[in-house]
Amino acid sequence: MERILFGDNQFFAVNHISDDKSRAQSIKFKDDSAIIKVLDDARAAGINTFMCTTHDRIGAICDIIRADPEKYKDFKIFPCMPYAHKYANAVTELGIAGTLKQYVPGNFFGSLFKGGMAYITKDFESIMELMIDAEMKMFKDIHTPVIFLQNVITDLLLGLRATDMLVAFHHYIRKKHNADAGFITMNMPKLLKALQEGGVENPIICTSINKVGFRMSGGKEVYEETLKNQKVRVIAMQVLGGGAIHPGEAIEYVCSLPNIESILFGASSKPNIVSTANYIHQFDSKK
Amino acid sequence: MLKVALIGAGKMGISHLSILGGYANADIVGVCDTSKMVTDFLTKHGRFNCFSDYNKMIAETKPDAVVVAVPTKFHYSIIKDLLEKNIHVFAEKPFCLTYEQSEELVKLASVKKLVNQVGYHNKFIGTFKEVKRIAQSGALGDIYHFIGESYGPVVVKKKSDTWRSDPAEGGGCLMDYASHVIDLLSDILSPVQSSKGTLLKSIYSGQVEDAVYSLLELQSGQSGVLSVNWSDDTYRKMSTSITLVGTKGKLISDANELKLFLKDDNSLNGYSKGWNVKYITDLQEGVDFYLRGEEYSAQLDYFIKAAEGKVPNTINSFASAANTDKAISIIKKSSI
Ligand SMILES: NC(=O)c1ccc[n+]([C@@H]2O[C@H](COP(=O)([O-])OP(=O)(O)OC[C@H]3O[C@@H](n4cnc5c(N)ncnc54)[C@H](O)[C@@H]3O)[C@@H](O)[C@H]2O)c1
Repeated sequence: MERILFGDNQFFAVNHISDDKSRAQSIKFKDDSAIIKVLDDARAAGINTFMCTTHDRIGAICDIIRADPEKYKDFKIFPCMPYAHKYANAVTELGIAGTLKQYVPGNFFGSLFKGGMAYITKDFESIMELMIDAEMKMFKDIHTPVIFLQNVITDLLLGLRATDMLVAFHHYIRKKHNADAGFITMNMPKLLKALQEGGVENPIICTSINKVGFRMSGGKEVYEETLKNQKVRVIAMQVLGGGAIHPGEAIEYVCSLPNIESILFGASSKPNIVSTANYIHQFDSKK
Repeated sequence: MLKVALIGAGKMGISHLSILGGYANADIVGVCDTSKMVTDFLTKHGRFNCFSDYNKMIAETKPDAVVVAVPTKFHYSIIKDLLEKNIHVFAEKPFCLTYEQSEELVKLASVKKLVNQVGYHNKFIGTFKEVKRIAQSGALGDIYHFIGESYGPVVVKKKSDTWRSDPAEGGGCLMDYASHVIDLLSDILSPVQSSKGTLLKSIYSGQVEDAVYSLLELQSGQSGVLSVNWSDDTYRKMSTSITLVGTKGKLISDANELKLFLKDDNSLNGYSKGWNVKYITDLQEGVDFYLRGEEYSAQLDYFIKAAEGKVPNTINSFASAANTDKAISIIKKSSI
């Protein structure tokens, strides 16, 4: 993984700190060209990996990237699935079974549903595999070396103690999609322990790491301890603590920690991209 | 360790179960849901002890406390049953379908001295807690107007029917979205006394309202506007906000950002004359296990601690949720 990864929250009005800013962003990024322009700015700053949710609009971005293979030859995408709101809304409307029927491709369920609900319970892992394949369709012919499970699902399964499903995700991504699996979480120490117990060594985990301890469940100290003593490939996200910390100070803290392979950040203007990237280079060079 | 069980592992129940599972300080003794697919998953992958009949679960697992997250129409009878069996109850919101049912359960819980809580999670959000503190500090002067709003994309086209589209089962924007805002306003200012007029609008739904616009008067005499619409797809998810307008200042807050304008200096510690902005990151305490917002973890943590006798059972009690049910009936009546 590259040291700096570029995120997508700013494009889809996912702002953790202000609904006003979220609205301004959704106006700014109404057209795909506005997103592409910022991605090009990030590439110009040397950031070639785009980590993004499998949001419907990413499909259109992938079309643009596919159409210009020369320009995007070094470009990588780290997909993060699923886009949970899509499924949450569907569950409200259709129920769990109805949602699976709508989103799991093929006629896998056509026949099963006729036979009654009991059949569906047969194999949750195959259902997950079919859904992964469906989410990956939009990335056809695009380089996706790491594929992530979104935190809502990772943490839901973690809390439900369904670690076997997380481990199944890990193996399936490697086997079928020839990529590394990654996990986004708000509970890094707990997740790492569960994955290790499930036999997953040195996993890729993307998690909040910031000087103020924002969204570092159980406390910053447990995280620092884990980073120091465990084998794990961490991607630090929310490094600015949702905007609570000055960028320089924020990056200095993250760069001082061991086992942080990459830093994920998002920005919607060229100056902000360049300045954050510069901070990372600056503090890295001091090490 | 406290023995906890769950009844209803749907969208909300699954989230409660995961949060309880992520914590180290509760022993989840049983899970009950009538959907076989759900219990099969939880048995096979979560190794939970699952049941389809809650009476059987209670008898076999003897929980100290139960989380109830079944559709609203089942709340009353199940909660009553649990209280009679001397079990502490955390119930999802809205509390009951009628105010009379709510009142009865408030009394029963009090007679039985059982811990009782309802899932109005906004009260565990740092920004809204701060709104309450500011409102009660007097820094805004005489609060002569409020606006309570919530918008989001639940019903954005004509849809197939679920229990949410049936008024008899607790469907509709008033019971679902609006109840959160009403509950928050009651807590920050005071419970609803009357409504001066209400528009319940169906936008896409056949039988229930998708938007609620109401002029409210509170027991304190303060008045203002409730404006809620669950068919607004300019929002990615539910967004709730509270505006308070007073003679000495004005406050606008959603879950993430609190903006306070003060006319004078020194009226409130930590704030100065003019506009002040605080963010959730300044105001929210962390949690031990995070799933979908600190407030969801914090409310369950509070419930468990209350059941263990470590905190008072004052936030989101049945009594406060019953006030909200009463307000819902007042608003409904005023629309006819
Ligand atoms: N706090 C919030 O913001 C919030 C959000 C959504 C829902 N809710 C509330 O949570 C409750 C449940 O809503 P939901 O969205 O999870 O609904 P849901 O339909 O997804 O889940 C209900 C679950 O209860 C099960 N069930 C039904 N009858 C049962 C019975 N007799 N015994 C055992 N299980 C039974 C169903 O199989 C289903 O799995 C409602 O009261 C709702 O208003 C609150």
